[in-house]
Amino acid sequence: MPRGYGVKTVFLWSVCLALSLGAARVPADGVFDQYRDLMGDDNPAVFVIDEGEELWFTAQGPKSATLEACDLGLGSGVTAGAYVRFPRYFADTNEVMDVEARLVHCMTTIQGRDLESVTAKPYSLRGDLGTEIEALVTWLAAESEGETIAPEQTHAAEREMYVLGEEIFFYRAGPHDFSCATCHEQSEMRIRLQSLPDLTSHAGAANAWGSWPAYRISQGLVRTMGWRMRDCFRQQRWPELQMGSTTSIALQTYMAVNAAGGVMSAPGLKR
Amino acid sequence: MRLAGVARIVGLSLVAGSWTSAAEDIVAVLESSFIAKNQATMARLQQDAVQEVCSAPRGTPVEETVLSELRQQRLDAVVLPADGVFLGDWQRGAEVAGNGRGLQSSDDPTKPNGGNCYACHQLAPDEVAYGTLGPSLTGYGARGQSEPMLRYTWTKLWDTHAYNLCSHMPRFGAQGILSEQQLRDVMAYLLDPASPVNQTKQ
Repeated sequence: MPRGYGVKTVFLWSVCLALSLGAARVPADGVFDQYRDLMGDDNPAVFVIDEGEELWFTAQGPKSATLEACDLGLGSGVTAGAYVRFPRYFADTNEVMDVEARLVHCMTTIQGRDLESVTAKPYSLRGDLGTEIEALVTWLAAESEGETIAPEQTHAAEREMYVLGEEIFFYRAGPHDFSCATCHEQSEMRIRLQSLPDLTSHAGAANAWGSWPAYRISQGLVRTMGWRMRDCFRQQRWPELQMGSTTSIALQTYMAVNAAGGVMSAPGLKR
Repeated sequence: MRLAGVARIVGLSLVAGSWTSAAEDIVAVLESSFIAKNQATMARLQQDAVQEVCSAPRGTPVEETVLSELRQQRLDAVVLPADGVFLGDWQRGAEVAGNGRGLQSSDDPTKPNGGNCYACHQLAPDEVAYGTLGPSLTGYGARGQSEPMLRYTWTKLWDTHAYNLCSHMPRFGAQGILSEQQLRDVMAYLLDPASPVNQTKQ
């Protein structure tokens, strides 16, 4: 009975609205929330997961090998639960690697593929149908779905990577003086209508780290955390972040360690 | 080992209670991690004095004298409009406030930059797509157009660090993001009684 509301009711609603705005509450994501509701448990990323799995078992490169011999930290070919332990130190390369860097390593060593061609286009442009890296990372994240986020921090290099990540997180540069922290060190803030996670907090980092890779509704593509950070830096007016670079791995370490104890629920479904 | 020394550097961060960033080493890491793309050059990874001081991780103490000296330097460097005209056209200012493009590698460098005020601030009350990183500026013009008010607002837009060192807000004038005329237009958008920003009574 829409006409039945009295002045008092309208007044109360106005107060509620004013309070919620005044408290800078994170607003509903509008049509994207509706889309998520309609989708329920369905996520178009399932097709990308399937594609990633298929790619893992497809022989490729001069050595005509699959990626089954790839050691993601839990032993050759072990994919279940591997994603949530990244970024982590690998003795064979003497480096802390994120999942993207580790995949590139396996493609070049096990499959004998050319580094330049493997890393030439890690992330889709708008309108593309997805890349091999995106598909593999999405499948590997799904292989850790429901697992507790627990990045390795036992090796000194892993702990140094966290400290470096924290320092880069707060590093301001470029014509706009932006750092990661400009948008991601406060809770319940937003840019325009987009809610921003506080990545310095456990709750914010767990939510963010646990929901990427994600299917971006507005782009019709699955995106990885590596892409998310590259696009953040584009908006920061910085040059282009390279996949598998120290900066990328350091920032992911910072985020993953802050997220430790949270639950991996990727692939997510995002605006 | 490419990370050798990181822990050492950060350990040195608290020299006499003031923030010292690991600038050189961080720059080397950054330079190995990024490539120039279109107008987003590698030179942008280098910090100036404000950026360096304002990159202290949260909770790191920074000496008050360092902050006040730098703040004064920024204040001394503010360039007021040469002709003394602070106010332009609020309608053009509205466009600047809503435009989020400019200086990204994906932006056309021949087009004017935006100020993207709405990314962080509420302005006109009927625009719902506003961010909350900065305070609401709805009704800003109620403060009037006195000379101190004009100078204060201009300075805030030109270089926010002149008042609030390490504010998150970009230095729109000092960094050449907006032109003098664009700043006048944004000033009018904020201060003109006819601007939508100041239509607070429904």
